Amino acid sequence: MTGTGLLYQGADWNFTIIRDCYNAIEEIAEKELGLDVFPNRIEVITSEQMLDVYTANGMPINYHHWSYGKRFAGHENAYRRGLMGLAYEVVINSNPCISYLMEENSATMQALVIAHAAFGHNHFFKNNRLFQEWTDPSQILNYLEFARGYISRCEEIHGQAAVERVLDAAHALQGQGVNRHSGSRHIDLKDEQARARERRAYEDSSFNDLWRTLPQGSEPEHSGNGEKQALRRRLGLPEENILYFLEKHAPRLAPWEREIIRIVRLIAQYFYPQPQLKLMNEGCATWVHDRIMSRLHEKGRIDDAAFMEVIHSTTNVIAQFGYEQGSTSFNPYALGFAMMKDIERICTDPTDEDRRWQPDIAGNGDAYGTLRHAWAEYRDESFVLQFLSPKVMRDFRMFRLLDDTRDPYLLVDAIHDEAGYRDIRRTVAASYDPSTWYTEIEIVDVDTFGDRTLRLEHRTKAGQALADSDMKLTLNALADLWGYRVVLDEIDTPTGRVLLSHEAGQA
Amino acid sequence: MDIIDRRSNPHGKNLENRRRALERARGAVQKAVRDAVANGKIREVGEGKAVSIPADALHEPGFHRVFTQGERHIILTGNHEFSRGDKLRRPPSGGGGQGGGPGQAGTDGGGEDAYRFILSRDEFLDLFFDDLELPDLIKREISATETTAPSRAGLSNDGSPSQLDLGRTIRYSMARRIGLGRPKPAELDEIEARISELEDIRPLSAVQLDELEALREKRGMLRQRMNRIPWVDPVDLRYRRFAPTPKPSTRAVMFCLMDVSGSMTERMKDLAKQFFLLLHVFLEKRYKTLDVVFIRHAETAEEVDEETFFHDPRTGGTVVSTALEEMLRVQKARYPVQQWNIYVAQASDGDNSPSDTPQVVRLLDEDILPLVQYYAYIEVTGSGSIIRGETDLWQAYRSVAEKQPHLAIRQVSDRKEIFPVFRELFARRTTGEVSHA
Repeated sequence: MTGTGLLYQGADWNFTIIRDCYNAIEEIAEKELGLDVFPNRIEVITSEQMLDVYTANGMPINYHHWSYGKRFAGHENAYRRGLMGLAYEVVINSNPCISYLMEENSATMQALVIAHAAFGHNHFFKNNRLFQEWTDPSQILNYLEFARGYISRCEEIHGQAAVERVLDAAHALQGQGVNRHSGSRHIDLKDEQARARERRAYEDSSFNDLWRTLPQGSEPEHSGNGEKQALRRRLGLPEENILYFLEKHAPRLAPWEREIIRIVRLIAQYFYPQPQLKLMNEGCATWVHDRIMSRLHEKGRIDDAAFMEVIHSTTNVIAQFGYEQGSTSFNPYALGFAMMKDIERICTDPTDEDRRWQPDIAGNGDAYGTLRHAWAEYRDESFVLQFLSPKVMRDFRMFRLLDDTRDPYLLVDAIHDEAGYRDIRRTVAASYDPSTWYTEIEIVDVDTFGDRTLRLEHRTKAGQALADSDMKLTLNALADLWGYRVVLDEIDTPTGRVLLSHEAGQA
Repeated sequence: MDIIDRRSNPHGKNLENRRRALERARGAVQKAVRDAVANGKIREVGEGKAVSIPADALHEPGFHRVFTQGERHIILTGNHEFSRGDKLRRPPSGGGGQGGGPGQAGTDGGGEDAYRFILSRDEFLDLFFDDLELPDLIKREISATETTAPSRAGLSNDGSPSQLDLGRTIRYSMARRIGLGRPKPAELDEIEARISELEDIRPLSAVQLDELEALREKRGMLRQRMNRIPWVDPVDLRYRRFAPTPKPSTRAVMFCLMDVSGSMTERMKDLAKQFFLLLHVFLEKRYKTLDVVFIRHAETAEEVDEETFFHDPRTGGTVVSTALEEMLRVQKARYPVQQWNIYVAQASDGDNSPSDTPQVVRLLDEDILPLVQYYAYIEVTGSGSIIRGETDLWQAYRSVAEKQPHLAIRQVSDRKEIFPVFRELFARRTTGEVSHA
């Protein structure tokens, strides 16, 4: 059904208006922009419920843990004291894709959120390669349901304290729960529940090398080494996914403890792509809502007042403060939206500069196709490296500082000019490289023939050691799960020299 | 596309998580609660209030790196004035941990703010009085049973229509109908339908005529039976029955006795007030009804309201026994010992006219202590200006306290000591200790 004329007037909304807006937006999104989305589910909630949703990383269901209570208190206070407005949308990467509308929003905001979340984010979730590789949107909600049920059953059987101990430790190691380098393992969450039941049986029948008690005999030295190598291979060492390793090989864990570690790991994996795609995801959604709302206005479906509200809201969202206002990072909405707009401009109305910088797409006349391709194939780092144009750098008035701790000053070593564009672009891209914020820690060895010491290595970035107190707490958590001594060496990456060595757990 | 209205879904999904967070940080929360009281905000103790918990009590650790030395690049926006080669003064710490030595690295992990929790009144008091309990709570509290309240007491066959238990009535009626074989209306309908069908056929064959006859007879029988066995019979009716149940009422009265003579400074009165208020909140939490009687004394004693008690200055000498007599008078007039738990809290600077002290001891020992659950005597001492050894009154009270364990005496000289003293007085004892008559 395609009507004409105004969809609504004024700020009040009802379910008919939402439905009409949705249909009008869907028509533009699919026919004009060529978006391809998961089926949508739109849920209307109150602001209080929105706070709940925030706390659980946007998930409608989650297991109980004190850390969520803490987060909730944080959000609640910020909200009550007016420090934080509630984001006007939360959307879940699931199939069907769930978007939340807050009941306090005006009709215009509801339409904007539908365009932003139910089409912008939704298209991005469905089409971006990283999301496709790492997440299973069709099963995530069922899996969370299972996880909550499983954990609360464990609490009934083993007590809250015992479960909390494992959860706390596993949460501390969350950042080490993904196979970054060896590629993702696409997990069928549907099978997870059945697998949990089979686990006990499997545990009973499996053989764990760490429990080998047979005497080694007096074999020659080199064959001992050979066996050690074979064992290392069998254990999959070196292993960057510490949670996975603990789940499979920690000698002292009960089956249910392994399952809880697995739950934490799988949920962490589900969230793994999000920070790497924040810029593009928000840029895409903001661009989509901006485009769609403009089209609605052009087609006479919303009035001028509503369109002014859209412009006002979008402008707020994409505000980028400069360093003088104390901003030290990019607003992903601002930079993302600016880059999407810029790509659109380069495709349709390129300057000579654009032809030099972006010969592939400049003037190709297919802005929507180019954007859809970028949304599908890139992540933030490669997207910036490929598409950040001199114009955007100029618009943001970017400049680069060199912070050398040996100097008493900060040096401006590149600004938004011909000589500085490439340096700036490279550095902006590097700041979106996940390796800049993920710590590279690997399990390198297990002393299988001695005291079962677990040996880890942290390959440091130049001059960056681990935060000390946190490292100690986390290492203790790891030792607790492992059950024996744990040693962590911090290695200077180029030389291989051991800079610092820490240990935890009983010998 | 579906639109789902979730607004009516249950709220407060995070209450359980919030409870666990509070539980986890229990030590820190308790400290925050006690600080809030110690900082003189005791007047608001009755309301729910916010407490801040330092972030490290709820810290979630993880492996992460901090930049401590070496080089790094920072991209900023909003350049208006810089060209390549400009040098900027380092911002004074903060801006990302520059210049921090390795020793500072650890603090970077704790960049979270303190967490504020709004506690309800009950949560607040629970945490506040966590390990305190009332001495001798067992005593007379069940004895006064003069109130009654209706409570459910099964079913009865008669009652007012408003108390009709419809579900049960229908259940009985159904059992009776089945038991007596009341025909189902559907059965009758079926027969009627067949009869009218047969009546429409003309001419009727002999077989059909027989059938019609038989059906008519059956119909008559069913109708009769239906009329005889009613749908709902008076014997089916069931009413909810209420019976008056005696309710034990736990009531307590708290006597606040204070010396308001010239030697009591405002500060000393304030200390005493802190103690009274603590006791009040504490008792209020345990007794449904709590009366408070304020008695002030100098040379003479009188019962006053709270405002006058704390704020109206008086001068003159001190005769403590007048206050005790006044207390006994009020107690006899209004608070019979069989119905009330009696608590007394007395605050004084220890001054008393020497000739009065024997009288005080006699009153306490013989008349008051046998009546009360607990008698707390707080001696507020001056802040250094009046350093004395043991006052006469203190010595007198101590001699009584040695014989009567439910007289507790403590000295307090600073606001910070109020709570520890209070805790000490009411700390949970091992069960053996409490058992005295």
